[in-house]
Amino acid sequence: MTRSVIELPVNADDRRIARLAALAIGLTLAEAALPSPVPGIKPGLANIVVLLVLLQYGWRAAAWVSGLRVLAGGLLLGSLFAPGFWLSAAGAITSLGVLALARHLPSQYFGPISLSVLAAFGHIGGQLALAGAWLLPGIALIKLMPVFAAAALVFGAVNGVIVARFLVSSGRDKDMQQQA
Amino acid sequence: MLLRAGDAGVLLAGTGLVITLALYAWSGDHGDTAVIRAAGQIVETASLTHIQRFAIDGPLGTTQIEIEPGRARVARDPSPRQLCVKQGWLTQSGQAALCLPNQVSVEIRGRTTAYDTLGY
Repeated sequence: MTRSVIELPVNADDRRIARLAALAIGLTLAEAALPSPVPGIKPGLANIVVLLVLLQYGWRAAAWVSGLRVLAGGLLLGSLFAPGFWLSAAGAITSLGVLALARHLPSQYFGPISLSVLAAFGHIGGQLALAGAWLLPGIALIKLMPVFAAAALVFGAVNGVIVARFLVSSGRDKDMQQQA
Repeated sequence: MLLRAGDAGVLLAGTGLVITLALYAWSGDHGDTAVIRAAGQIVETASLTHIQRFAIDGPLGTTQIEIEPGRARVARDPSPRQLCVKQGWLTQSGQAALCLPNQVSVEIRGRTTAYDTLGY
């Protein structure tokens, strides 16, 4: 009997995406343990990773990391294909769509903070749209919209500052390596 | 530099969006119940949470009232001038659609009422 072997060639890009997705998944899990006053309001720490990937390796890599994060996060949290998973997926897809447009903004004026805030609004917008259409049709969500939007603004800005600082420090590392 | 010119713009626009949403969602009195009257008597009190239909009989025929999340309207009415149908969807507390020939009315109520009573 011959055993058939399926070989999946793995290149450096795949490994990098897997590593970064693992980081994003770790942040998702850590965040799920944080208590939150309103379900759905989260800092979105994994978006820091997605944004860093976007700025350093491009949109395709960011989409992979984001998609893997949603899928594996759902698996690990036990919410795969549950409503929370679909909300998360809707948010991730909308936010990637927003980023696909926003990354063409002139970078001398619009830095990581802009991208992060826009992505956060995209995230919450996608989630609310799906929740409003599917889970809670009606007026209940309208009253919560300002809360969600304010959270998106604050957490988006904070995450953006973190991304900007990461980029500055990693840029400095590269300079130092070049000098050494 | 952390904060670039466009970033400040995006943050300002975001703040503006949050304020607009807050004003839209929290001010103004979105009604939560519809009071349906026939010949002056309350016949139905329906909460504006899910889709409902009512058929109310009056002297001219049947008036159909539709309720959807957050709004209500007179969908059909036998009155000749169709004034209450043309009013369309009612959302705010205190709004009312009166089908006088058929003696049917729909009024939206919220937590606060703008008027104690209205005479027609």
